[in-house]
Amino acid sequence: MVIAAASLRNDIVPGSSPVEYFNDHVVRLFLLASAVWGIAGMLVGMYAAAELTWPGLNAGIPWMTFSHIRPDHTFGVIFAFGGSALMGTCYYVAQRTCHARLAFDRLAEFTFWGWQLVCVLAMFTMPFGITQGKEYAEPEWFIDILIAIVWVSFGTVFFATLARRRIRHIYVANWYYGAFIIAVGLLHIVNNLAVPVSLVKSYPIYSGVVDAMVEWWYGHNAVAFFLTAGFLGMMYYFVPRQAQQPLWSYRFSIVNFWALISVYMWAGAHHLMYTALPDWVQSVGMAFSLVLLMPSWGSAANGLFTFNGVWHRVVRDPAAKFMVIALVFYAAATFEGSMMAVKTVNSLSHYTDWTIAHVHSGSLGWVAMITIGSLYAMAPRALGRPAMHSHKAMELHFWLHVTGTFLYVAAMWTAGITEGMMWRATQPDGALTYSFLDSLIAIRPDYFVRWFGGVLIWLGMWVMAWNLWHTAADARKRVIKPIPVPIPVTVAPLPAAL
Amino acid sequence: MAYRHFEFIEKHAWTLGILTAVMVSLGGLAEITPLFMEAHAVKAPANVKPYDPLRLAGRDVYVAEGCYLCHSQMIRALRFETQRYGHYSTAEESVYDRPFQWGSKRTGPDLARVGGKYSDQWQRMHLMDPRSVVPQSNMPSYHWLADEKIDPKDIQARMRVLRELGDPYTDADIAAAPAAVKGKTKMDALIAYLQGLGIKNEPQPPDDGHEAAATGAP
Repeated sequence: MVIAAASLRNDIVPGSSPVEYFNDHVVRLFLLASAVWGIAGMLVGMYAAAELTWPGLNAGIPWMTFSHIRPDHTFGVIFAFGGSALMGTCYYVAQRTCHARLAFDRLAEFTFWGWQLVCVLAMFTMPFGITQGKEYAEPEWFIDILIAIVWVSFGTVFFATLARRRIRHIYVANWYYGAFIIAVGLLHIVNNLAVPVSLVKSYPIYSGVVDAMVEWWYGHNAVAFFLTAGFLGMMYYFVPRQAQQPLWSYRFSIVNFWALISVYMWAGAHHLMYTALPDWVQSVGMAFSLVLLMPSWGSAANGLFTFNGVWHRVVRDPAAKFMVIALVFYAAATFEGSMMAVKTVNSLSHYTDWTIAHVHSGSLGWVAMITIGSLYAMAPRALGRPAMHSHKAMELHFWLHVTGTFLYVAAMWTAGITEGMMWRATQPDGALTYSFLDSLIAIRPDYFVRWFGGVLIWLGMWVMAWNLWHTAADARKRVIKPIPVPIPVTVAPLPAAL
Repeated sequence: MAYRHFEFIEKHAWTLGILTAVMVSLGGLAEITPLFMEAHAVKAPANVKPYDPLRLAGRDVYVAEGCYLCHSQMIRALRFETQRYGHYSTAEESVYDRPFQWGSKRTGPDLARVGGKYSDQWQRMHLMDPRSVVPQSNMPSYHWLADEKIDPKDIQARMRVLRELGDPYTDADIAAAPAAVKGKTKMDALIAYLQGLGIKNEPQPPDDGHEAAATGAP
């Protein structure tokens, strides 16, 4: 598409002198925050993994115990690291594809500080038992209200920027960012409806089966819209940008968009197979999970085919390598997810470390790699440099991350299938072969390998932080010039219709 | 295909936003609304009682300590599950669980019917130092629970909120609560909660009563 290609070039020579500049200040803040939270969140994950291997590691300190810090790991990597990266890239992409400065400077700045406050509050309350006890939605009610306020502000800045666009066509990356904002807002509010008892304790308005269904509708679609739609928005901008050619098929991206956002919301019940959830809901969840494979693979294929004809360049470009492997992991993890939603497979995989393997092939493989690739693509432009400080450091990061992820996922697959097989093994007389403890002893070595994989990934994050720090040398000295918004001369001013 | 219709959506942010909101709402509405209606129409069976004050305090300790991150409370309707843990879990058993405690990962075993399987003293030793009774366990120690007292005022406030949400606590229940938790530690409360799991809240269909009686401690 011509429009798509044009909107990807942010070096268009303006027809007249620029009237406005991109707001890259807030983008740089989010970039810094995501690097810091990436290290912090993965440190907690690495430590939690170590505790499962060496259980005495918390030294008897309550807040350092596995069950207290596990929410810190999930919140830290998903909402603090992923959230900061998503909001930062969203602001960057919306400005470039709309040919307009971000709307409401001060509100945009508020979304940054507000989100950081949310993250800090959550990270410092959850380990002390101030938790709702709902997975991936642990922060208590007062933090939830703050999240809702920041989220509505984020949506306001984003949609007001769309309203200011100088290109009539809304580029597909913005659709995904828009769906991410709308759906996550909806999920967050519905799932966190609760009545407070005190500042530090509340009870959800749902109980039992309904709470389970609402929680996994939320939990699954946090994966769908936070960890998929948002990062697909990133992918749809930065992949063509890095390949330096238009998207393989724009129309295909539209079909996949509508299919993905409508099908995903039905699939949450696959987290509750063979439980006390009514059978019909389980079956609906399974059916939609299988259908979901189509739009998932569609998006992955669209991203990968965008590199057609320029594969030789990928070899020398670490950012593009991160993106390509991310898309491969996305295809693999969504295939795995659809298969795990089949009831027979789920009866083996559920409650085991296979789930952990699946989550991390999605999060370390897809989410983290598309983020890192996009950050490497965006950082030099947002920091006023021609390229990242060190090419070799990016290569090192790539190999650390890929090796760590393979070790992690392979270890957890082995552990999960071992557990699943041992839990169901029976002797010829029908008695169970193994005690629960036998399965825990059997997977001990896998837990060690998982921890080691995590260490490699964490070291990689330090390499990225070091590289970003040096790339930001000019920005730190405040000597970089703001980038003027290219004003397209061929396109008529946007009519009032929004 | 009439591509120009798509093109209209692609050029109008409001249309795009509203259609997106509609598409993402359908799945949730279709799956959650019927459950919500059912939950409001069906009352809990007579033998399923809301948690007494000490067990309620214990349930909240269980939630605050994050036990649900390693232990499920949902015995699936699969033969090897019922063989290991007992009768499969039913929906009625969790009507008073806010939030639900079905879990998503078993780093430790399922606890849905752990009540009565071990003695109170075993539970206490295990929570103080898991490896003193199960040498190969990787569960952390929760010894600090023995040092922290339950706040009687707080438990009353909790019961009042739960009553607002529909749990059938009477005024007498709430008035009697402070006496029931007086001097009790979080450890006592958690053990009371664990010992009640699968015992007091269990449905007892007339033709299937064998799952109620758990055998003695192994």
